[in-house]
Amino acid sequence: MAAVRIASPLIFATMGELICERAGVLNLGIEGIMTVGAFAGWVTVWLGGGLWLGVGVALLAGMAMGLLHGLLTVPLGLSQHVTGIGITLLATSLTYYTYRLALPQVTSPPKIEAFRPLEIPVLSDIPLLGPALFAQTPLTYLAFACAGLTAFVLWRTNLGVALRAAGENPAAVEAQGLSVTGLRLGAVVVGSGLMAVGGAFLTMSAFNSFFFEMINGRGWVCIALVVFGGWKPGKALIGALLFAAFDAFQVRLQQVTGGVVPYQVFLMLPYALSILALVVMSRRAAAPRALMVPYRAGER
Amino acid sequence: MRLEPIATPGPLRLVALPLAALALTLVVAAGLVLAAGAAPLPVFGLIVTGAAGSEFAIVETLTRATPLIFTGLAVAVAFRARLWNIGAEAQLYIGAVTAVVLGTGATGLPAPLLVPLVMLAAMLAGGLTLLGPASLKTRFGVDEVVTTLLLNFIVLLFVSLLLEGPLKDPMALGWPRSEKIEAAAALPRLITGKRLHWGFVIALVSAGLVWFVLARTVFGYEMRAVGHNAQAARFAGIRVERVLLKTALLSGGLAGLAGYSEVAGLKGNLTLDLSPGYGYTGIVVAMLALLNPLGVVVSAVFVAGIFVGADAMSRSAGVPSYIAQVIVATALLSMVAALLFTRYRIRWR
Repeated sequence: MAAVRIASPLIFATMGELICERAGVLNLGIEGIMTVGAFAGWVTVWLGGGLWLGVGVALLAGMAMGLLHGLLTVPLGLSQHVTGIGITLLATSLTYYTYRLALPQVTSPPKIEAFRPLEIPVLSDIPLLGPALFAQTPLTYLAFACAGLTAFVLWRTNLGVALRAAGENPAAVEAQGLSVTGLRLGAVVVGSGLMAVGGAFLTMSAFNSFFFEMINGRGWVCIALVVFGGWKPGKALIGALLFAAFDAFQVRLQQVTGGVVPYQVFLMLPYALSILALVVMSRRAAAPRALMVPYRAGER
Repeated sequence: MRLEPIATPGPLRLVALPLAALALTLVVAAGLVLAAGAAPLPVFGLIVTGAAGSEFAIVETLTRATPLIFTGLAVAVAFRARLWNIGAEAQLYIGAVTAVVLGTGATGLPAPLLVPLVMLAAMLAGGLTLLGPASLKTRFGVDEVVTTLLLNFIVLLFVSLLLEGPLKDPMALGWPRSEKIEAAAALPRLITGKRLHWGFVIALVSAGLVWFVLARTVFGYEMRAVGHNAQAARFAGIRVERVLLKTALLSGGLAGLAGYSEVAGLKGNLTLDLSPGYGYTGIVVAMLALLNPLGVVVSAVFVAGIFVGADAMSRSAGVPSYIAQVIVATALLSMVAALLFTRYRIRWR
């Protein structure tokens, strides 16, 4: 099934955004950070590196961008909206600049030998569910593991409790002798790394090549998915799967109606669905109370 | 480490810090040029001459600045009231669609009536495009950042649909573009034979009007009050939701004018590459101008100059023109950081 594959990059990036926002930092750099990750992973393999090295490079590139976003928004407390958009513009343009330097005159970018599906013995033979869940590329399994790990760390460890408290009541965290700045900065760096891996999935496990504007709003969709999931990893994961199932269905529908309805209508649906989901969920959604509120020690 | 407010920042701070931000931007750009195997100073020279070194270059820069003044104003107005309009791109395209629908002979009106009609309609359409996300915010508390961003993609697909369907130019041989607008709907050129058009004058007048609205009217005061502290504004009897919706109409309308002026003044028709991200660049323009409407004119010309200059440089020096976007993004980030340090100093403890 295509839905699980379509969902994988969204799961990585949604978890990344969720971690940032749980700690109190909105990361609108997501779209650009995914672009960086997509390019970094692809170019590493294209230059002769291994696939996992590519994933590692993408992770590091995303973390570097996250560090910049974090430094500007956490200790300096700059507007998270403006900084995030700035990071997206910077990350995207740096990527395109580097791409043009690496491949000056290429019109169709070269393909790489990407991740192959890894069939899990026995389980992948289960009718219907088997191929959908157990015949995916390793990165898809990693995406699900990442969602599980995010939920575990945020709710079952002291670090997670402190991280969430930094997004709810930073003054209380500081009173415990913990550093709000450190927690938030760490969350933004790690979260941005995950976003970049989500981007890398597209070039290393889906399209096997890098092209301009390939993220195509997926980052913004992930921000909507975090809201849809009520800032909870499990619900956000389900949201990503539902979104991907709808996206796959939309492609199918496009083939069936063939030419009667303009194809653009179907391409609009996922974005429209995201907006609709926001409208439905926003009333009940409980955003972290200190989300987008810069914390300055001693100030109230 | 913590930040300590400075009661009265000295003049040195106010001048030196923005200059330092500019210097940092140049250092980053120089690094990129070196990475491309070229020498930074000659490349910078080529960018400057490409942007302002000849009459042709200056006309080209002002032409490119025109849509950026409109989108910069759109963002400045919205951000003043803390309405995060990241959807100027969508509003621009809806304004352009309106110009094409009304300007390709649907009305039969003479120019003196048609030009203002099309202009006001494009403005209204752009305003209504933002009114949607704004009312979702005021009615249901839906974050407008995400909705305006997502709307950009929906609108671009909608334009693509129109250009392959109802608005398709039958003479375009399958190329997705609209018919040209009629002469009566077009904005004349400022100088015959040059690309600069009356849209530039309209942009300047708009900047003046927006400045007046923000600084000298009750509505402008209310917008700033809502942006400063919505809760306090509400206690003071300001109807915050109404102010936000009115702000949305104004902001979206200004972005709609950007699309209108590109179609009616420059291109004549609508294509999918009418705007190479003018809506997003408008955010940078507005921030560099500190959300000041008159400053928007200056920063729009500056940003346009970098884009035009980089294009010219790229043709002769072979450094990718994407360097312009990197410069603009770096300038944005370093400038907002520099401005912070005009108000705060760091205490290491």
